[in-house]
Amino acid sequence: MIRFEQVSFTYDGSDHPTLDGVDLAVGEGELCVVVGPTGSGKTTLLRAVNGLVPHFTGGRLSGEVTVDGRSTRDHPPRDLADVVGMVGQNPAASFVTDSVEDELAYTMENLGLDPAVMRRRVEDALDLLGLHELRDRPLGTLSGGQQQRVAIGAVLTASPRVLVLDEPTSALDPAAAEEVLAALARLVHDLGLTVLLAEHRLERVLPFADTMVLVQGRGSPLVVGTAAEVMTRSPVAPPLVELGRLAGWDPLPMTVRDARRRAGDLRARLDGVRPASPERSTGAELASLAAVSVRYGGVSALDAVGLSFGAGEIVAVMGRNGSGKSTLLGQLAGVRPPTSGKVRVDGVDPVGLSPRDLVARVGLVPQDAGVLLYGESVGDECASADHDTGLAPGTTAAMLDRVLPGIDHRRHPRDLSEGQRLALALAIVLSPAPPLLLLDEPTRGLDYTGKARLVVLLAELAVAGHGVVMATHDVELVAQVATRAVVLADGELVADGPARDVVCHSPVFAPQVAKVLAPDPWLTVDEVRTALRGEPVRG
Amino acid sequence: MAGAASRTTNPVLLLLAGGVVAFVVAARRTDAPWSRSLVVFLRLGLVVIVLRVALVVVFGNRLPGHVLVTLPHVPLPSWARGVSIGGPVTLEAVLEALVQGLRLAVVLLCFGAANSLASPYRLLRCLPAVLYEAGVAITVALAFAPELVGSIGAVRDARRLRGRPVRGVAGLRGMAVPVLESAFDRSLQLAASMDARGYGRRVPVSRGARRWASGGTAVGLLLVTGGVYGVLVAGSLPGGGIPFVAVGAVLLGAGLAAGGRRTDRTRYRPEPWGLPEWFVAGSGAVVVGCMVAAAVLGVAGLQFSVYPLHLPTLPLLAAAGILVGLVPAWAAPIERPITPAPRGREPRDPIGPGRGRPTAASDVPPAQLPGGPPAALPATTPAVLPAAPASADVPVGRGQDRVP
Repeated sequence: MIRFEQVSFTYDGSDHPTLDGVDLAVGEGELCVVVGPTGSGKTTLLRAVNGLVPHFTGGRLSGEVTVDGRSTRDHPPRDLADVVGMVGQNPAASFVTDSVEDELAYTMENLGLDPAVMRRRVEDALDLLGLHELRDRPLGTLSGGQQQRVAIGAVLTASPRVLVLDEPTSALDPAAAEEVLAALARLVHDLGLTVLLAEHRLERVLPFADTMVLVQGRGSPLVVGTAAEVMTRSPVAPPLVELGRLAGWDPLPMTVRDARRRAGDLRARLDGVRPASPERSTGAELASLAAVSVRYGGVSALDAVGLSFGAGEIVAVMGRNGSGKSTLLGQLAGVRPPTSGKVRVDGVDPVGLSPRDLVARVGLVPQDAGVLLYGESVGDECASADHDTGLAPGTTAAMLDRVLPGIDHRRHPRDLSEGQRLALALAIVLSPAPPLLLLDEPTRGLDYTGKARLVVLLAELAVAGHGVVMATHDVELVAQVATRAVVLADGELVADGPARDVVCHSPVFAPQVAKVLAPDPWLTVDEVRTALRGEPVRG
Repeated sequence: MAGAASRTTNPVLLLLAGGVVAFVVAARRTDAPWSRSLVVFLRLGLVVIVLRVALVVVFGNRLPGHVLVTLPHVPLPSWARGVSIGGPVTLEAVLEALVQGLRLAVVLLCFGAANSLASPYRLLRCLPAVLYEAGVAITVALAFAPELVGSIGAVRDARRLRGRPVRGVAGLRGMAVPVLESAFDRSLQLAASMDARGYGRRVPVSRGARRWASGGTAVGLLLVTGGVYGVLVAGSLPGGGIPFVAVGAVLLGAGLAAGGRRTDRTRYRPEPWGLPEWFVAGSGAVVVGCMVAAAVLGVAGLQFSVYPLHLPTLPLLAAAGILVGLVPAWAAPIERPITPAPRGREPRDPIGPGRGRPTAASDVPPAQLPGGPPAALPATTPAVLPAAPASADVPVGRGQDRVP
């Protein structure tokens, strides 16, 4: 269905090819997952399928990409619209119209389909993706998961043979991600659609994958095979696979159910051993919210929330999309005053602080770290951060080397990978040494290596007495670093307690290891590994 | 209604027209985001009136008559002799300014009403084939305004988080580049999305036909525009501009039909044109018709004069005509209901992602975010707007590669 023959691609102004001699064939009805580190060319590979690379991006492409027998050489993206449906990373940015139904019909209008056919297909798409109740809603009022499903539906109505999705679940909470993936699985099963999707959160997509493509970047050849085959060779793997490797299971488990059925012996070996919780004492109170409510227009984003954050804590704020997580962080950073209630950071109201006093007390890294970066180069960013906060020149650059060494200071922030950008933003925010660090969705778009580095850094910060509050959907991250978890639902505080208790008791927020080893409260592979090492050697 | 309002200076008639428009909107408006624009335009109208009166008080238009106050006269250098500041303010001058301000305000109110009753996207859908792409450009531009407000908010917040000044000249300068950058980013994404979804596919048509189509459309459009100006500004064109509109419309129609053949774009749920639509459009025509007729027949009281000072009279024909404008309040087709948004959507992040419609804006009330912003759209009367020609498969003309 999709065939890459000796495809090489170089962006204008780049001195090395992003794709180099790629050969790939994806058969009809396959769900193929593309994995690889950030910046390895996954997005480029996906966009080459419908010709956006190179027709839209420019650059040099050699070799040939054919989809359903049509070569992207002769067909620009618009002429492939009836064969390939493309859903980008940010669905909201791709909406052309204003309401769900119109958006679903847009591609068909461009294809010149008969109105009667359009009506029928819109209804089908509404049913297939469970969008029925949203049909007349303005697109701007939808939640992230709903937007993602509308974006899928909008390309689906053209009845393409191939669906290409770039990180369809990275912005979604665990439940919404399940919802989208289940819809995709249904399309593959019922309609025989070929799906090519890129995803960092392997733990989410692995159960659905037929085949897998590992893109290693920098000219290394692709690794193609069934999910299990690729997983045995992949440097990155979800906790489930790592647990399988640790326990020596062969073949490796691809679903929680697989693993659970084989985990009997592992559970028996772990019997009687409790995970060692690193006891970290909570220091002085850094910030507090007292009965804080925030309303936007008629919508309540936070509802009488009372919380307190201490030094040395890593608090994970969880909850579905739109539950008020970002608003909570915004309150702590004094972005805008609360509708009612009191916010105190270091004993003062953060809203009234001057920018310079604010950054000395609290640092916020927003969801898209790029909004903090406006300089012409990395070195420029570091220098201006020193200047803004009145630090000695070189402080931020030194911090950046601590967070992530080896970034070329002459590069433009826009050309950095997601992980590098996050590192730069973190360095800028951390250099004035704010006691309280706020992170909004820090692992969005981050690969496993970047994530591992972040985990180490956060633990170090906590030991050094910083308080960390992070809003996240990433349950594995929470399992690895958080000491405390807070769950919000529709702006209300639903749970607040030690991370282990909160996540293990929720089917939605439980990490994979906890699901496999339930009812014992194990959270990470590392915990299991340590426990196994400590056990007396048997027979 | 706007046409009618601009033809009279009688305050009673003007107030009547404003009331009719407001009533129709109140009766027919929906919960859609754009339906708030009436209030915006109402405020704009009030500002216009106040401004107009203030200008007269300060700068003059020295009409003789009853002196209300005498402001100190400010002597100006000789090169500004035409302008005078201060001096006596007469009741007549203030009244005249008030009436003229009111006329402009009512016209604005009519545009506001048009805006609040029709979605800009639905209007776009009514555009004929050849104009489709220009229409898309306009809609994208319209959606750009709230986007910009949102990204300015995001950039401000981000600068604060980096400890940079957010106020003053330094703050402003530092914000311009990132705001423009994010706007540019977003338009690129939108363009890629539209391209990937088949925007601008076309069927081959001969060159001559293409030229005829564009030529006819351009000339027709010019004539219609000129004609509409004639209708609005009484006496500027022979025959009140109506012949121009007629000839222009024919040319335009032919051009559009020819151009429409170049594409096989179709419409999902074409806007219906039935009896209610005829009523709505008809009532709009009757309003203007009555006003023109009154003017032609020389009915007294249409133009309000401040000499001598008197209470305005009520010309019956014109008033009756305006009241016809109430018809759409009952006759207008019923909109598909728009389900209100439940709570629990992502409530604007402290720092929005900067691009992406729903999350970006921080200071705008949610309902104004999504669709089109409340901005002025080219429209003649509110009555004609909600309806549109029922062309099932007209559409797009020249297939241009990318939008912005």
